[in-house]
Amino acid sequence: MTTAQPVASVPYDAVLDELEAEAIHIYRETAAAFKKPVLLYSIGKDSSVLLHLAVKAFAPAPIPFPVMHIDTGWKFREMIEFRDRRAAELGLDLRIAQNKEAIAEGVTPFTHGTHEYTRLMKTVALREGIDRYGFDAAVGGARRDEERSRAKERIFSLREPGHQWDPRKQRPEFWRTANTQLAPGQTMRVFPLSNWTELDIWKYIQREDIPIPDLYFAKPRPVVERDGVLIMVDDERFPLREGEEPQLRTVRFRTLGCYPLSGAVESSADTMEQLVAEMAGSKYSERSGRLIDGESGAESMEGKKKEGYF
Amino acid sequence: MAGMLTPVLHLVTCGSVDDGKSTLIGRLLAETNSVPIDTLEYARRTRRGGSTIPVGEIDYSLLTDGLEAEREQGITIDVAYRHMNLPNGRRVLVADSPGHEQYTRNMAVAASNGDVSVLMVDAARGVRPQTHRHLTISALMGVKTIIVAVNKMDLVGFEHATYEEIVGIVRTTAARLDVPEVITIPVSAVTGDNITIRSGNMPWYQGPTLLEALEQWEPLELRPDAQTTEAPFRFPVQFIVRAEGNFRGYAGTVVSGSVAKGDKVTIANSGRSAVVERIVTYDLHVDGHVAELERAETGEAVTITLDHEVDVTRGDVIAGDDGPKVEPADRFAADMVWIGEEPLAHGRSYLLVCGPSSVPATVTNVRHRLDVVAGHEHAARVLEMNDIGRVEVATDKPIPMDPYGLVRDTGGFLLVDRVTADTVAAGMVRYAMRRSANVVRHDYAVDVESRRLLMGHDAKVVWLTGLSGAGKSTIADAAVRRLHALGVHTFVLDGDNVRHGLNKDLGFTPEDRAENVRRVAEVSKLMVDAGLVVFVALVSPFIGDRRAARDLFEPGQFLEVYVDTPLDVVTERDTKGLYAKAAEGTLPNLTGVGQEYEPPLTPELVLHGVGDVDASVEALVKAILGESA
Repeated sequence: MTTAQPVASVPYDAVLDELEAEAIHIYRETAAAFKKPVLLYSIGKDSSVLLHLAVKAFAPAPIPFPVMHIDTGWKFREMIEFRDRRAAELGLDLRIAQNKEAIAEGVTPFTHGTHEYTRLMKTVALREGIDRYGFDAAVGGARRDEERSRAKERIFSLREPGHQWDPRKQRPEFWRTANTQLAPGQTMRVFPLSNWTELDIWKYIQREDIPIPDLYFAKPRPVVERDGVLIMVDDERFPLREGEEPQLRTVRFRTLGCYPLSGAVESSADTMEQLVAEMAGSKYSERSGRLIDGESGAESMEGKKKEGYF
Repeated sequence: MAGMLTPVLHLVTCGSVDDGKSTLIGRLLAETNSVPIDTLEYARRTRRGGSTIPVGEIDYSLLTDGLEAEREQGITIDVAYRHMNLPNGRRVLVADSPGHEQYTRNMAVAASNGDVSVLMVDAARGVRPQTHRHLTISALMGVKTIIVAVNKMDLVGFEHATYEEIVGIVRTTAARLDVPEVITIPVSAVTGDNITIRSGNMPWYQGPTLLEALEQWEPLELRPDAQTTEAPFRFPVQFIVRAEGNFRGYAGTVVSGSVAKGDKVTIANSGRSAVVERIVTYDLHVDGHVAELERAETGEAVTITLDHEVDVTRGDVIAGDDGPKVEPADRFAADMVWIGEEPLAHGRSYLLVCGPSSVPATVTNVRHRLDVVAGHEHAARVLEMNDIGRVEVATDKPIPMDPYGLVRDTGGFLLVDRVTADTVAAGMVRYAMRRSANVVRHDYAVDVESRRLLMGHDAKVVWLTGLSGAGKSTIADAAVRRLHALGVHTFVLDGDNVRHGLNKDLGFTPEDRAENVRRVAEVSKLMVDAGLVVFVALVSPFIGDRRAARDLFEPGQFLEVYVDTPLDVVTERDTKGLYAKAAEGTLPNLTGVGQEYEPPLTPELVLHGVGDVDASVEALVKAILGESA
């Protein structure tokens, strides 16, 4: 081997093909090995890819398990419309999980800190949803490149009774062979997109023509600026501060969640081509626009995971 | 695929923090723009205690920093997974294994999927035992290319002789291990020499930088000068897809070779032949969204349909007709890495998982344990955590597996503890022992059913489990007298009595207890086949062992009876004087004192050893004969 040798290049599509095959393999293993799996669908781009891959894994048969959405009640209105439309188009068995108790007690992103809000509305709702329906495996869209602590996350991630993530109990993953056995009370979280990057997600959406919510594309939207973050005023529940007036700015979202917690970015990318080009040039990780990840301790992703969040 | 580079390279990195591994990986990630800016910022701002790197410069070692849980609890989670984008578009998936000496198992996990291992050697400290360890494990797990990065060359004045000395030793070990390819590169992770930028300090080195080596690598079998013939087609079936229009397809991943429409294939379990009719995938751009492929290569996840109906279930392997066959066998010689905290127990039933197939299995023999540093084989009876050894495995029914050297996915398997569900070992099949193929079961004309008619009752095994002195033998004795009087053909296998003959070579360690249970279960199976109602009176303290015994029988044939007598009662009774000995400390393995007793979770019957024996016999006889009694 010498350095003079010209180096051939790898087409991006070939990388996507491998990632796709791996995800499909994981889906099929999940559907066959667990008694009652569920796909956790959060409407965003990763979920859109996840849903598409589920269709692909079992075609021409329908997806052989239900789809569950954890609805905090504070998602963008467009997201909910999109969810219901996709569910109808694909004939999904859609289940909605909500922490009704917390909603009744008046928990909102404005009244509670983001950590407590996330714990109650997402983590608790998710755990209750899984318990209520008796799901033994939940497929999610987490990727290892999202956050530092996820580098050590497994594809098949074991949860102890009470949905606790115990780093010591995580199973080593050899070859394509997964140990899908569960002891009483244990459940599994499954992450088919573990090895994907954010750019992979976008390139794949573009290649496969996967429908995604319009919120990802730039458009004039009513926003207010708080602590340097642009927040969209999606409905009348948004408590405007003294002198605050929503302004129309051309923005889009890099990740979608609860609208009061999702930072918008100023952008003119309103086509898929522009969007992918913008993503390819970005050097910031997408979580920089999220308001729910603290730095360390219980508020870090790792801390949330121990409580049963993804 | 000819003419195209392999898109994804699975890279294993091994070595300890002392060797500068974190810095090397961190630098590779940073210099290939594989790290987001905010993570880079973190590595500029944050400083660990003792760090001499000025704030504002990147501390590359922080890019691969661990979890809070690890730092707080002082533990290391086996492997971290990262990705790297090379300038030529290749994706590198990095499995980064912490290099503490005791973590053989971590290294094995990381190497199980590896195409290339990067092995760090500290130039200043030279080759150390763990260098040999990492080489051995890489070779054993089937990594074909080893890149030896001789690091910290700056600390030895970039001296050629030091490098050559290290490289010489590593090459000798690699040759002994039959590693197909060794690439050696002198580097300095701290200064960046020969990582992504050619070093000006070592004009004597003409080879590639680490980055170039990773960009240029191709699997040996895809190189122009490849000697190997095409890999055999293997398609383990994961899922049966049934859809409208009588569609029946087999979904799985091509784990070796390739398949084309019209190929003749063999279903491994039945040995039946079929022809591949369609290779199906989903495509939004196609009418009806079902696309057909002409062929599928290694790594592709597709759905295959066959030209006629054959029996194919999940776990079966669809195999090519050319090249080596995959024939089901039930005995295998394998190398095994022990992962579990509990050591291997002979005769204990584990679940063997190979891709989508799983089957109960026992380790019947440990041939030797491997000294991974010196390469010697030592005689051993058990394997403990982080041990590697050659074993023999027997499965409850034949399963199609390949030699690991031929196909990793159909040659590698896990052993899973059937009670805790933990993965306790990873094995690599070296060869199938065809003993079972040569010993053909003979079908006799007088079968179980004809014996049942002659006996006038069903054959069963009544498995009495409980502490020593609980009253198992007493209850068995009374029940047998009663049944005998009713004309039922019975026999008692008593734990103490069996240990005078058949099992006199066994002691009371957990492994020996597992073997004791296995033998008694096999003997009772023979007796049940002979038409008898067999009573087993055996402490049999472990759930896993009893479950293995149950698995030998048909549903309804095995009655697990828990003789539940409290420990203080049996200690008080102490009919055999065992509890007194245990209290003196001369009997360390007595169940309930020195060893745990795991009560049955769902026994067919619970009897109380303190109660009336007649009432127990009544309940037992009713359970055996049904309501007719």
